[in-house]
Amino acid sequence: MTYSYFPGCTLKTKGKDLDLWGRASMEALGIQLQELPQWQCCGAVYPQARDEIATKLSAVRALASARDQGRELVTLCSACHHVIKRVNGDMRSDETIRSRANAYLQLETPYGGETRVLHYLEVLRDAVGFEELKKRVVNPLTGRRIGAYYGCLLLRPSGEMGFDDPENPAILEDFIRAIGAEPVVYAMRNECCGGYTTLENKDYAARQAGKVLANALNCGAEELITACPLCLYNLQTNGGGALPVRYFTELLAQALGVKEGTA
Amino acid sequence: MQKIGVFVCWCGSNIAATVDVETVSDALAREPGVVFSTNYQYMCSQAGQDMIQEKIRELGLTGVVICSCSPRMHEATFRRACEKAGLNPYLVEIANIREQCSWIHKDKAVGTEKAIILGRAAIAKVQLNAPLTAGESPVTKRALVIGGGIAGIQTALDIAEAGFPVDIVEKKPTIGGKMTQIDKTFPTLDCAACILTPKMVDAAQNEKINIISYAQVEEVAGFVGNFSVKIRKRARFVDETKCTGCGLCTEKCPQKNVPNEFNQGLDNRRAIYIPFAQAVPKVATIDPNYCTMLKTGKCGVCSKVCTAGAIDYRQQDEIIQQEYGAIVAATGFEPISMEKFDEFAYSQSPDVVTSLEFERLMNAAGPTGGTLLRPSDGKHPHTLVFVQCVGSRCDGGEKGKPYCSKICCMYTAKHAMLTREKYPDTEVYVFYIDVRTPGKNFDEFYRRAVEEYGVHYVKGMVGKVAPENGKLKVQASDLLGGRQLHIDADMVVLAAAIEPDRSARPLATMLTASMDTNDFFTEAHPKLRPVESPTAGVFLSGACQGPKDIPETVAQAGAAAAKVIGLLSRDHLTCNPCVAESNELMCNGCSACEKVCPYGAITYIDKEFRGPNRTTLVRRVAQVNPAVCQGCGACTVACPSGAMDLKGFSNAQIMAEVDAICK
Repeated sequence: MTYSYFPGCTLKTKGKDLDLWGRASMEALGIQLQELPQWQCCGAVYPQARDEIATKLSAVRALASARDQGRELVTLCSACHHVIKRVNGDMRSDETIRSRANAYLQLETPYGGETRVLHYLEVLRDAVGFEELKKRVVNPLTGRRIGAYYGCLLLRPSGEMGFDDPENPAILEDFIRAIGAEPVVYAMRNECCGGYTTLENKDYAARQAGKVLANALNCGAEELITACPLCLYNLQTNGGGALPVRYFTELLAQALGVKEGTA
Repeated sequence: MQKIGVFVCWCGSNIAATVDVETVSDALAREPGVVFSTNYQYMCSQAGQDMIQEKIRELGLTGVVICSCSPRMHEATFRRACEKAGLNPYLVEIANIREQCSWIHKDKAVGTEKAIILGRAAIAKVQLNAPLTAGESPVTKRALVIGGGIAGIQTALDIAEAGFPVDIVEKKPTIGGKMTQIDKTFPTLDCAACILTPKMVDAAQNEKINIISYAQVEEVAGFVGNFSVKIRKRARFVDETKCTGCGLCTEKCPQKNVPNEFNQGLDNRRAIYIPFAQAVPKVATIDPNYCTMLKTGKCGVCSKVCTAGAIDYRQQDEIIQQEYGAIVAATGFEPISMEKFDEFAYSQSPDVVTSLEFERLMNAAGPTGGTLLRPSDGKHPHTLVFVQCVGSRCDGGEKGKPYCSKICCMYTAKHAMLTREKYPDTEVYVFYIDVRTPGKNFDEFYRRAVEEYGVHYVKGMVGKVAPENGKLKVQASDLLGGRQLHIDADMVVLAAAIEPDRSARPLATMLTASMDTNDFFTEAHPKLRPVESPTAGVFLSGACQGPKDIPETVAQAGAAAAKVIGLLSRDHLTCNPCVAESNELMCNGCSACEKVCPYGAITYIDKEFRGPNRTTLVRRVAQVNPAVCQGCGACTVACPSGAMDLKGFSNAQIMAEVDAICK
């Protein structure tokens, strides 16, 4: 099975581990992630303004490119996934945005939201299957108490993202079980870490990150995993180091024996 | 030769202001078959009716057209008047020139023109009208009440009071419903059990009332006055006639870990159980999902300890077939699942409870004996946060309900007040969108909670509850103060929205009773017929029709009973003669009509017809049961061979009207 893959800028710079171990693990699971040719930054923030078209165009290019290759498009970074999936929804359901974006881009075949956008975790859950993943694990992370940190972008708005319940998600917990560790459910797992405010109001970002970490710690978590480079940065840098925070792909790679070591 | 009389009503100025009635009656006088045409100020008045009757007698009218208000308003009046003068009432046609003409037009010329057209259509139709005679059907003088909560009990008691036998079918092992779980009732704070359990006993002791508990309705056939109902009485593996309700078996049963639904799963019961001390009927029931004997064939403790010999592991479900004249739906409500509202951490902490669970925690017969203790550690809570509208008034529909659940503002005020009264050392917060307390003595009650009991009412919603270190960290907004609140609470109580009981939807299908998008039963008219379903003979009692508190439920239950009594006190019902009729010579037996009939009025029979050369042919043809048919006309449209027709609204009559309008 081959998917088109959109890594995004951060995964090529600050967030290399998310990308590296994500690809290696999928390969080990027999799934090919084929990086889109000449992709551009997704825009990083989904533009809320109804008339803001320009910042959606690069996402449309990526979507159209996957469509032209006849593949589903997989993303890994929470922010990229959020932007690309929502823009795809707009292209499918909003006549104005669709016609204006196509008028700008002048693609050979106009794009109308045909591509199916999947998060890496969805591929693990639905294409590989957590039961199957469990069988493929060679280094089960037995005894480790891991808290899943979803953040704000991955699941919301649920009507558009549509891959898990935003208030009571299970996909990362199921993943943690599949790699042999014990998931720790804590309430702040789906709250914003404050990372967006880190430049203008570092105190706030630190306070919010601190709350997330304290809640996880007090509920018995020994480490956190996330799919979001900004969350990872904020929790690590501003959160005061209460808990180690890693990309989920890194732990996946360890469990599959792709990455050596246990930490 | 037809002799048609036309009577144009002014309806005071209601019609006459925008329709030139004189012109209308003159124009209609020139229509074929019309021998008399006039107009009058109030045709429905005694003088107007007298005039119609006089003309029928004087001119020997064969048809009457009345241009007036909607037939919903006065068709019956005019039909009765004409019948008294010797004219078959189905030879009267109403042209609605008020609601469908004068009230919606401003231009008198246009209104007049349209009134003439409408009158002309009615004349064209009445030319083809045939005299119809309404048949009669007998009434079975027995009522069925489905659901044995306070609504069903009250309805049954009131019907029995009038002398008619009633069966209550209750799916649980005991009657009493949700009210049995409630501690105190607003706004008077009297104990729910003290006012409910005597009624349960009354119902059990009433000779006219037969309680069929642990049972469900499986099939409903028939029609108003003549329903035939199949009831499945589930095996409780205890002989009801022998069990004395001593409760010894429920103490000795070794299977102790069954979630106790009466306490909302806050404690456990045995596999053989009596739901609560005041249950009616007070007999034990074995839960087949947990009983070791029924599952593995090994145990039999209850049978050994039962001195009455009531235990019967081989008991089978019993099917009861019974005839009824009227059916009352009283299936009640359930709180919605909190699964989609985990921002309040319901699944993460046992100290986050629903209001019904809180009710059990405050109840002397509850798991804590009436002392308010946190489920997690059994400690006394000091700070309590109540969240209203959890799942109510949600738009979008992805989670929650669009409607107001109506009872939550009052019971939350009650919970807050009782908590402060019993435990003055507590801090109690209530978060609300709006406080809605209309009702007799209701707002005073809520004000008391705020002013006398010092409950902190905060306008705003809770966004997050995070369990941490034995506390519930509540993050909320105070909209009036314009600030965010952070409260470390010991307990959070969620006022979950209520929704119709899950059994209501399949029941509605069986009863062919309509429901709204939220699965509440719809009433025949939202204002004027609030306790009747649009399906004749089916009545609505309590929260199955919409969220209701106890006073309202009891009032509606009595109203439903009054309607049932009115129906059962008649020996015969007059049927609507405007029903479908199949022309057997044209029917090809295709079943199209049977499939579209929402009332199950059409059946097929094999009938012998005379064929050519003295042969006999057997053909499958449709037959309409005129007592069941409601005259909706769906079959006449579906019939591909034109065999099906509706009396009083035949295809030929409708086409004649259309032709007259398009002329």
